[in-house]
Amino acid sequence: MQLSVNTIRRDNSARGASVSTRQQVLVLYLSHPALDSRVVAWSFYDGTGKYRREAFGPELEPPYANGIQALEDGWRLIQYPRLENPAPGREYEVGYFQSEFVFEKVLEMSGSAQPADSREIA
Amino acid sequence: MVDLRLTTPEMAEFVTNGYVRLDEVVPADLCQRMLEEIASGRYSGDIFNGTGQLLSEQWVGLGMQSVLQVPRVRATIESLVGPDPRFDHYAVHVSPAQSLRGQDVHQDAEYDLRRRAFDIQASFFFHDVPAEMGGTLLVPGTHFRRVRESAINRYQNIVGQVQTVCKAGTVIFWHHNLWHSGRGNSTDRVRYMFKVRMNPRVKQEKLWNVTEMPPRELRRCLEKHHAWSGNDSRTEILNRIQMWRFLTGDPTYDCSSWWSRIENER
Repeated sequence: MQLSVNTIRRDNSARGASVSTRQQVLVLYLSHPALDSRVVAWSFYDGTGKYRREAFGPELEPPYANGIQALEDGWRLIQYPRLENPAPGREYEVGYFQSEFVFEKVLEMSGSAQPADSREIA
Repeated sequence: MVDLRLTTPEMAEFVTNGYVRLDEVVPADLCQRMLEEIASGRYSGDIFNGTGQLLSEQWVGLGMQSVLQVPRVRATIESLVGPDPRFDHYAVHVSPAQSLRGQDVHQDAEYDLRRRAFDIQASFFFHDVPAEMGGTLLVPGTHFRRVRESAINRYQNIVGQVQTVCKAGTVIFWHHNLWHSGRGNSTDRVRYMFKVRMNPRVKQEKLWNVTEMPPRELRRCLEKHHAWSGNDSRTEILNRIQMWRFLTGDPTYDCSSWWSRIENER
């Protein structure tokens, strides 16, 4: 049986009703591909719906000085960047930030769908 | 006669940061005229109307033509893209009052693969722009980065980003590939930013007022470390040196031995 868009939405809705946790995602871009390097850029996404981003660049100081501080504050590392050499002939090109570390926190939700515990970082 | 073009230190700053800012250079009465003309719809319509024509042929009889003739503005344009460049397009960016959701950071021209030559985008601010009005945000030094337009919107905050806070009459001339965004406006007033893109019709070599700059100062400028550049900091310097060689017509220039130590193989 082929799933329609409405079927998928109903399935998600039913699953959401039984979920008691929500995920927060913190992405730290570090100066180097080592976790204890300095934070040079960052992004935050909140599955609890409590924090919403209004514009690029609302913060001047990063939430943590480096990746280790995020671990110490309870963030779980879920993506570690691979080391890759530039393609031959492109050694002098620069592009996207390479040292992208992704962290998560899984928050338990209270009955009113509010996070039982969270820390404001954005 | 005073030469109002950029000086060598100002050009070096442009190479390193990707923009030049002139504060309160457009006279107040001309700013007021521009705001009135914008409000009356004189700049609405096809923003590409006139593409390919000369910049001097645009907005005949309107305030914007006078703005482009402000001596310091005209001299800065000449410094970067030569006299009377080709008009590309314009846009009046309008940020309504209490429009809190600003743009994400982006780059305008991923299709532009030129390695040294560049277009200029000029941002004109005809009224005061306090911090809460969300003036154009730039990320200094990102103009060498090759990315795909809005893909960089995943970077919500970047160390070293600079939001424009300025008085009326300020103009920022920026490299077409510089990362930027318009931020949210939390005031009760509309924010306007008039952008013009222009293409050079000449080789961009020594178009500015070539003043003396001590080699040590030039090196310090071109070797500046942008906080966000991290592990790519040296590659950024290598790119700046290549751009300086292009702009000065000196293929041997080097800050120290960044390129010259490795060029014996060519």
